[in-house]
Order: sequence, then structure tokens, then C-alpha cells
Amino acid sequence: MTDVLMPALSPTMEEGTLAKWHVKVGDTVKSGDVIAEIETDKATMEVEAVDEGTVEAILVPEGSEEVKVNTPIARLSGEGEAASKAPAAAPEPEPAPMEDPQPASRAEAKGDPVRAPSEAAAAGPAVALRDPDLPEGVKLVKVTVRDALRDAMAEEMRRDPDVFLMGEEVAQYQGAYKVSRDLLQEFGDKRVIDTPITEYGFAGLGVGSAMAGLKPIVEFMTFNFAMQAIDAIINSAAKTLYMSGGQIKPSIVFRGPNGAAARVGAQHSQDYAGWYGHVPGLKVIAPYDSADAKGLLKAAIRDPNPVVFLEHEMLYGLEFDVPEDIDWVVPIGKAKVRREGSGVTLVAYSRMVGFCLKAAEELAAEGIEAEVIDLRTIRPMDWQTVVESVKKTNRLVTVEEGWGPMGVGAEICAKVVEHAFDYLDAPPARVHQEDVPLPYAANLEVLSMPSVDKIVKAAKAVSYK
Amino acid sequence: MARGQTGTAGRRKANGAAEPAGKPNAPDKKELLKYYRDMLLIRRFEERAGQLYGMGLIGGFCHLYIGQEAIAVGVQSVKTPGDQVITGYRDHGHMLACGMDPREVMAELTGRSGGSSKGKGGSMHMFSTEADFYGGHGIVGAQVALGTGLALANHYRCNGKVAFTYFGDGAANQGQVYESFNMAEIWRLPVVYVIENNQYAMGTSIERSSSETHLYKRGVSFNIPGEEVDGMDVMAVKAAAQKAADHARAGKGPYILEMKTYRYRGHSMSDPAKYRTREEVDNVRKTRDPIDHVEELLEELGYADAAAMKAVDAEVKRVVADAAEFARTSPEPDPSELYTDVYSEARA
Repeated sequence: MTDVLMPALSPTMEEGTLAKWHVKVGDTVKSGDVIAEIETDKATMEVEAVDEGTVEAILVPEGSEEVKVNTPIARLSGEGEAASKAPAAAPEPEPAPMEDPQPASRAEAKGDPVRAPSEAAAAGPAVALRDPDLPEGVKLVKVTVRDALRDAMAEEMRRDPDVFLMGEEVAQYQGAYKVSRDLLQEFGDKRVIDTPITEYGFAGLGVGSAMAGLKPIVEFMTFNFAMQAIDAIINSAAKTLYMSGGQIKPSIVFRGPNGAAARVGAQHSQDYAGWYGHVPGLKVIAPYDSADAKGLLKAAIRDPNPVVFLEHEMLYGLEFDVPEDIDWVVPIGKAKVRREGSGVTLVAYSRMVGFCLKAAEELAAEGIEAEVIDLRTIRPMDWQTVVESVKKTNRLVTVEEGWGPMGVGAEICAKVVEHAFDYLDAPPARVHQEDVPLPYAANLEVLSMPSVDKIVKAAKAVSYK
Repeated sequence: MARGQTGTAGRRKANGAAEPAGKPNAPDKKELLKYYRDMLLIRRFEERAGQLYGMGLIGGFCHLYIGQEAIAVGVQSVKTPGDQVITGYRDHGHMLACGMDPREVMAELTGRSGGSSKGKGGSMHMFSTEADFYGGHGIVGAQVALGTGLALANHYRCNGKVAFTYFGDGAANQGQVYESFNMAEIWRLPVVYVIENNQYAMGTSIERSSSETHLYKRGVSFNIPGEEVDGMDVMAVKAAAQKAADHARAGKGPYILEMKTYRYRGHSMSDPAKYRTREEVDNVRKTRDPIDHVEELLEELGYADAAAMKAVDAEVKRVVADAAEFARTSPEPDPSELYTDVYSEARA
């Protein structure tokens, strides 16, 4: 004997109208036969038989309204019975499990939200993380950010044959911004791959090859073009470890210039730190100087997770010290205090770190000692370093190229309010791109972007000076 | 055998670029019985999944493979260990064909800890590295670029493996499919694109959605050979898949197989299917059903009688009943699982 139950026909259906019976007592049915029609507020649906047998009873007459899901509506007997009585009985309608198909743990889950260990874990290791000590005698040499990135890729490709680079103009052209200069010559076209202009496609191919265990570096000519590939980055790369219960580990780096260059207009000038920083499963890095560019890119390539590595066109040509001839790897997830001060905390990443350092000099001339924190990693964010600084300075200014709403600065402010509320002597201030698409006209562009002047003004404002 | 031109001889036509697949040899008994059992397992599994959905034990979306069983089973028959399989969200059949345990598949549908993704993936997001199954993808067409990437890895490693990349007639209109076709052919990647043309992209018929409805021609402007295959005939599927896999394995690049098929159920469980008539569905079930076809073959070739087939059905039903029971009783994931598998600590 098998009961036919009122089925749920959508994820949200709880009850419906049994509009019509297509069978009557005594009819034989087999799997797939339409036996009834059910109406919900959204649609009329046909109910198919799952089991074979003879209709022994119609338990709910047609026209009945508000029939609850899982109510027995008919009873079958006969041919199907033997099969359905097989060992390890199928979920035939024993009333108990039907009435409460959801295990009890649902209630527990509701009552006691699990604390995010990622937060807790970040609290532990983040504090412990530190840049490697420089061995005695290591020379520091001036290297452009561009070459530091190049060297990082070359060193990792020498180290691991699974690492390869793909993107537009990365090989024969030597890189649209010359970041991949000479890599083709050293590693050949199997490991330095020119792609067609097809961001969604090659980002997806990269993720697929990472699912198979390779270690791709996918270069976007700029992150603006990665908008076409953001589905591959988020839906296919960031979520797959979780969705596969830990089985598939796409280890991949998406890198390229991010933020505003100069006079290239709205579509080519955007900071994506906040966009990618929003997504669990991704790590997001945005370095400022050459040593961090090299050390963090090497760390990103070695990291088993998908990493978004945001560079800056306006920094590519700048020279900074880099330790020579050592395997320089900087830990992901650790901010760096670039300048110490007790008057106000300035927090930035990427190009804005340079702006903050200049602003700090101007502020010093006016008697305000600014502490400049370079986040370096956007996710996981080392907010503890920021909080510690604010506990000392009691004042906070965040600086970013992106838009303010739902941005990196907003997140920092939230963390500081959560963890250092009582230490704040003034409401935090945010400096960011004005809330408009980036204009082309030179004067409007300047007005739209964060500047040293705007940072100085904000710092003074939170210092009530 | 009331199947007319679409019998075991297989594909009805091929485009100019492709060599005809040739008449497949008569299957041997063991082989055909295995296909029968595997197809029946998928059907019974899906029927049971539909039932569990109706009982509220399976949530969200649930896309059933009923009617299309010959494709996953036929293609699987030519797969060698290490060849990868990847598909979209109508994925239960492929996973069973790949050899994944029906228990872990059903328990993933019910969102339980015994599921293949510990209950965290659901119907559309299942994977098994052991079975070379790479998902299970919920974004229409995304698996095409990913599958081409699996092929890129094979090419990079020169390992002789092929990536079988499935998608439907709906996904065939996504842009990234053509971006992938282009790169696959430029780089001669070992990928077989299996288009399961079940005639409806959700509720939109192929005629309404596609300017060129012969999807095997979609590779023409990329110089990718393609052919149309009777996707309701497991032996025709097998023959075509073998030919395409040989092509890809030989370093000749991608190959497109358009499998003409039909899904009996709605797009998902919550699809009232008002875009087609009951008669249309019934007609396919009566005249083209892939399992009926194998039953006819088994009888014709003297491999199995009605009683023997019934025994197979009974065995399959036991397996499915056991999977359903497991899926019903396996506990929900421990709350501590909420924050696991967000990041991995060490490289695979």
C-alpha cells in the first residue's frame, strides 16, 4: 500500500487546491502518468505518479482547497507494492517523518548563531604575521613596481612548473604595461599564453585549469575589463571550494592594474577593492611599493585559494627598495605601519598610501603627527592593526580610490566602531572618489579624485583643527 | 522496433566537416545490460528525487534528467580514467553515470552531511574528484569555459585526457560558449562538447531562441567539426562519443556533438510546463524513450526477457530506495561546518 501525498511543487509552496483528479478508484497507473492537477497561487501543475499500482482510494476529493503539502491524497496498491517493500524501505509515507521532514537541528541552528572562526582566526594569526626578517648582508636595490611584479612571476614560474601566465598581449607584445617583459623568452609559449580579447572566456578557462590542479596567473589588461569575467571569478572560483565540500581547490591569481590612471574616463578608471573584498572565498591584495608587490605576488601565487591582485598603473614606473637575491615572500593578511604617529590614523592601500605619506608630511608641518597604515591586503583585512592604532591616536581617516558607499573605508569604520568605539574622540572621516562616474575633463577629474589636500583637510577635521 | 530512421545506426546526418560515424557494431550482451541498468538507475533515481521534492525533503531547485539518460550513459562508456566530465545544473544523471554513490548524490539533494558536498552544494553543485566529475554548475554556460580549462590543463600536461563538457540548448546561446570554442580550436584543446538539445531552454523552445537551430553547426565559424546524434539511442551516442573522443585525444582539437533529446519533466520541479502540450511529451515517451529502446534491443538480440529486465528494475529500485533512506536519515551538517571550506589551508 502506498499513499500518494500532496506534493510541494515549488520551494515555497505550503498548500494548494486539488483541482482535478485524472484517475478514479480501480484505475491502474504507472510511473509518469498524470493523476491529478493542483493549483497554487502561481500556477496549475500536473501531478505524476511515481509508483505503479491500482488506485485503491481517493482521500481528498477534487475541488478541495488549502490542502497542506504532504497530506495523503490517494492510496495505491498492487503491482508496485513488491518493489516498494524492498529492503531498506523507501521513504514511503510513514507519518512521523512526513510531518516533520526537517531534522531538529534547524531549531538549534536558529537559536545559536555560530561564531565566524574566520574572524577569530584572523585575530590570531594576523597579529602573529610579520614580514620576514632580512638576513644580514642582504642588499636593498631600487626596482620599479613593474619589474618587481615581473620578477615575482619569473621566480615562481622557475620554482613551480604548474604556474603559467595567460592574458591579452602578455607574450609576444611583452605585456600591455610591460609587466610580463621577457617571460615569453624564458618560459616559452606554453607557459606564457597570449589570449584573444575574451575576458569571460579566458578567465573561465583559467579557473577550469585551476580546478584540474594547475596554478594560473590570469592577467587582465585592466580590472575594468574583468567586469566581463566577474562571474568566473566569483561564482566559479571563489565559491567552488565551499560548494564542493572542500574537494575542488582552484588556486589561481587574477591580476592587473586597478583604479584610475589619468584622463581615461569613467569606464577605464575604477577601484574594485570593495567589490572583490565583499566576497568570501577570495583573497584580495592591493600593494603599494615594490617590495610588497613582489613579496605579496609570490605569496598569492603560492596561496591555495583564488586571489585577486590589484595593481596600479600609476605606480608601475615608481622605484622602491627590494631585497636582492632572496626568496622574498610577504604574508597575505598583514597591514604595515608606514609611518608612526600619535595624532591621527590614516588608513589606505595601493596608490593612496603614497598620498597619505605626503599628507602626513604636511600635517607634521602643522603639528599633527599622523600614523599611516598600509592595509596591503583587503581580504582578509588586518583590522586589528587599525584598531590598535586608533586606540593610540583616537582619530581615524580612511582613504581609497573607490566610491564611498559600501566601500573599504566603510568596512574599516565599522570595525573600528565595533572594536574601539570608546577610544574615538571624533567621528571617523572617509576620503574617497566622489560619488560620480569618473569625469574626463581635467579639472573635474581632479575634483572627483582623492587628493593629498583632501586627506589633510579630513585629518584636520577629525583633529578639530 | 518503431523507431524508424533513428535506430541503432545512430546519427541521422553529419555536417561536411565531419566524417560519418559509421554503423556501430552490435553491442555485446554484458555491455548492453550495463547500459540498461545504468539508465534505469538514473530514471528511478530521478523519479524518487521528484517524490522527495514533493515531500519537502529536497529544497530549492531540482532539475530532473528523465528522458535524457542515454546521453550520460553512452558518453560515459567511452570515457577512460582521468578523462573529466563537467556539466550544468541538470547533473544527477551524469554523476550516477560517472559512478558516484547514489547515496551521496541523494543526500546532497536533501542537504545532509552524507552528501557529496557535505550538504553545502545542493542539487546544482556537486563534485567528485574521485569520479573525475567537476560539477555541477548553476550558472548557465559557465561550465563550458571551465570544461575548456580542464582541457587546457590536459594539453598543458600532455596527459592524453579528454574533457567531456556538457551543456544544453539554452546554454548554447551564451557568449562564453563561443569564446571557449575559439580558444579550444586555436590551441587544439582535447575537449568534446556534448550539447544536450532537449528542445526547451526552460520554457523557450529552440525555434524561439535560436536563429540556427542545428546546434552541431555552431562550431562552423571556429572550424570545429560537429554532428547531430540521436540522443535517445545509447548505442548511437556511444559511437559518436567514441569518434569525438578519438579526435580530441589525437590532438586534433575540440569536437561538437549535438544530442537530440527530450526532457519529460519540467525545467525544474516548479515548472508547470505550459509551453508544450501533454501530447507532445506523451508522443516522445511512447515512440522515442531511450530505455524502452534498450529493452527492445535486449529482447531482439535475445539478451534478456521481460523477467530478467524486471529483475534489473527491482535491483535498481532497491539501490534507489536505500539511497533515499540514507538521504532522509543522514543528519544535517554540523553547525561547525558553516565556516569550513571557505578557504583552503594547503594546496591540493
